[in-house]
Amino acid sequence: MDGGMIATTEALVRFTGVQKTYDGEHLVVKSLDLDIRKGEFLTLLGPSGSGKTTTLMMLAGFEVPTHGDIFIGDRPIKNVPPHKRDIGMVFQNYALFPHLTIEENVAFPLTVRGVPKTQVKERVANALDMIKLGNLAGRRPGQLSGGQQQRVALARALVFNPALVLMDEPLGALDKRLREHMQLEIKRLHETMGLTVVYVTHDQGEALTMSDRIAVFNDGIVQQIDRPDALYERPVNSFVANFIGENNVLGGVVENIEQAWARVALDAGGTVMAQAVNVGGPGNRTSLSVRPERVAIETGDSGDAGLNRLPATLTDLIYLGDHTLAVLRSPANPEFMVKLPAGTYAGLAPGQDVYIAFRPEDCRALDPV
Amino acid sequence: MTAAFVAGADVPLKRRLKRAERTRQFRALGLVLPLLVFLLFTFVVPLAGMIWKSVDDWEVPQVLPQTVAALEQWNGRGLPEEGAFAALAADIRTAREAGTLAIAAKRLNYVVNGYRTTLLSTARKLKDQPAPGTARETLIGLNPAWGERESWAAIRSASGPVTSYYLLAAVDLTRDADGAIAAAPADQAIYREVFARTFTIGFGVTALCLLLGFPVAYLLANLPTGRSNLLMIFVLLPFWTSLLVRTCAWIVILQSEGIVNGSLQWLGIIDEPLRLIYNRFGVYMAMTHVLLPFMILPLYSVMRSISPAYMRAAASLGAPPATAFLRIYLPQTIPGIGAGCLLVFILAIGYYITPALVGGAADQMISSFIAFYTTETVNWGLASALGAVLLLSTLVLAVVYGKLALGRQTTGGLKN
Repeated sequence: MDGGMIATTEALVRFTGVQKTYDGEHLVVKSLDLDIRKGEFLTLLGPSGSGKTTTLMMLAGFEVPTHGDIFIGDRPIKNVPPHKRDIGMVFQNYALFPHLTIEENVAFPLTVRGVPKTQVKERVANALDMIKLGNLAGRRPGQLSGGQQQRVALARALVFNPALVLMDEPLGALDKRLREHMQLEIKRLHETMGLTVVYVTHDQGEALTMSDRIAVFNDGIVQQIDRPDALYERPVNSFVANFIGENNVLGGVVENIEQAWARVALDAGGTVMAQAVNVGGPGNRTSLSVRPERVAIETGDSGDAGLNRLPATLTDLIYLGDHTLAVLRSPANPEFMVKLPAGTYAGLAPGQDVYIAFRPEDCRALDPV
Repeated sequence: MTAAFVAGADVPLKRRLKRAERTRQFRALGLVLPLLVFLLFTFVVPLAGMIWKSVDDWEVPQVLPQTVAALEQWNGRGLPEEGAFAALAADIRTAREAGTLAIAAKRLNYVVNGYRTTLLSTARKLKDQPAPGTARETLIGLNPAWGERESWAAIRSASGPVTSYYLLAAVDLTRDADGAIAAAPADQAIYREVFARTFTIGFGVTALCLLLGFPVAYLLANLPTGRSNLLMIFVLLPFWTSLLVRTCAWIVILQSEGIVNGSLQWLGIIDEPLRLIYNRFGVYMAMTHVLLPFMILPLYSVMRSISPAYMRAAASLGAPPATAFLRIYLPQTIPGIGAGCLLVFILAIGYYITPALVGGAADQMISSFIAFYTTETVNWGLASALGAVLLLSTLVLAVVYGKLALGRQTTGGLKN
């Protein structure tokens, strides 16, 4: 999965040492250095209060950085008011102007720029065709469904060909099916129009589906910024490992480190080999991260010396259609999850004593939680 | 088919729905019934009574019934027949004995100035000398006014049962002796000016309230809740004191030896006290102050519902602050502006106490004339007619507002 098909390495937006505080005591954004590449779909992902929305608002111009500066191209924009930034924005609740028709809403960015009337008509018609709502041009926002309003908000943010499009949790108010449909539609627009999109969400599935790159925010700091697959497969710290996807955590102490490998003594007994990603030297605590789909359940000893093997008791099997989730109680983790591909759980029953087995490559030693 | 799947399936569904709805409707009616009855007796009945009084014309038919009947045959040209004179003489005698003649005299005096004297003096003399000749000669002999067509036309115009006299008078019109509508004589034609003054003051106060109230409402709607609540208490504070007290406070502040003049003189800015009260300035000042909350509250409630996201969206789409305000914010406040202006204007044109206390003679509004006619001269007809005209203009405004508000209803569904 290679997301960066259009993205170039040329930075369109650059945050340098940006800090933001509202109360003069706590930094909401602690220190942000971030490049947004031209043509990429960058998602800011994080729990609420992590600073992702504040970052977006600083980029849009609704908040001023307390420290540092933001550049679009070479131009610092700290003192440029929002209406001069040429940034299209889609808001969480659409913010369609209720007193204007759909057509007038979409025409708004053009009319305030003094675009000639004939051109406005043509471009608005094109934009409405693009979102397939040309037949609703004369309606008012209140007469449209949530999904339709969202598409109008998109058309309005794109109709003036902004250099950059910001989206602040635009799909949060939609139901699941519509959300998935809109994700694909936004993705399609991004690809066909060659847009640069900065997208804020707290939904990791959405972020993985749509993004070229994801910046994971927590506590006012970008924890990791990378392609979705890299983020999932190779999290650099425990927060990212836990925030994105399912994750099994095993606590322990590093015994020694040889090149890229760490031998870790688990708190519950036994040792495990893991990739040394984000650990101190021997004697330091660490949290091991193992994805549920990278684990096998062995009923007997397979004898493969290359695998980490821990004893466990199967407590539950949850059938989920495309896979089965096995929940195991192990001394190292009382609720260890294993995803079994469809049809591979035959012969297993709750209460059974088994082994959980995983390769050292699939086990990452990260900072202790 | 599962035709018999519900009990009572033989009754058509629509009927059953209606029956089920009816219980609910009765309950709803029962809840509002006390208020409806209250309104009927305190609002609808008095209002209908007032409107009836503005066209009711009972005095002359009751006091001079024979004359009214006799004049029905009169063609209006020249003097009426002898029968009418005889009827009038008889009526005057009866009325004088019953002591009701003054009632008719007062009514007829509205139509022709001096009629009261004519009628009462005729009555006095008629008693003294029994008629030797025809009634016509007798009456003309007693008072030459009876030889004029105008005197008889006046009786006929006031012979009821309803009259347009008061309503016409309320807009400076009258009927001439031929019954055609004509301009009222200059000395009686004052009401158009008073109405114009009333509406001018109403518009002025409304505009001032809007100008002063809009920014305050905006501030209230956009401050954090804690501080906006505090500010709201200040806005509502005037409601906690009586209208009279507030108006008198303005007198204390604005009078020649008042606080404002005192301070200005002490600072040496002026030598002579400014005339700030008992003129139009004082009326505007005091009325704007009293009515300001009625503008702020509807504006505030509308502004509160306008999400700040709209202004942000407008800015992000390239609108400078002024454009965003004019094209996005202001249009969304129009329901509040409309409601506030309507409320303030309707209250303002009915104001009575404040202009009476802080205004001069030339600042009195229509209400003070209505009060004058009800309490001083007891001319209920004219008082009611002035009230009816005021009511009508208020209704027209309400209808215009309703049309405007309805036209905007399609916007609906503010999502924020």
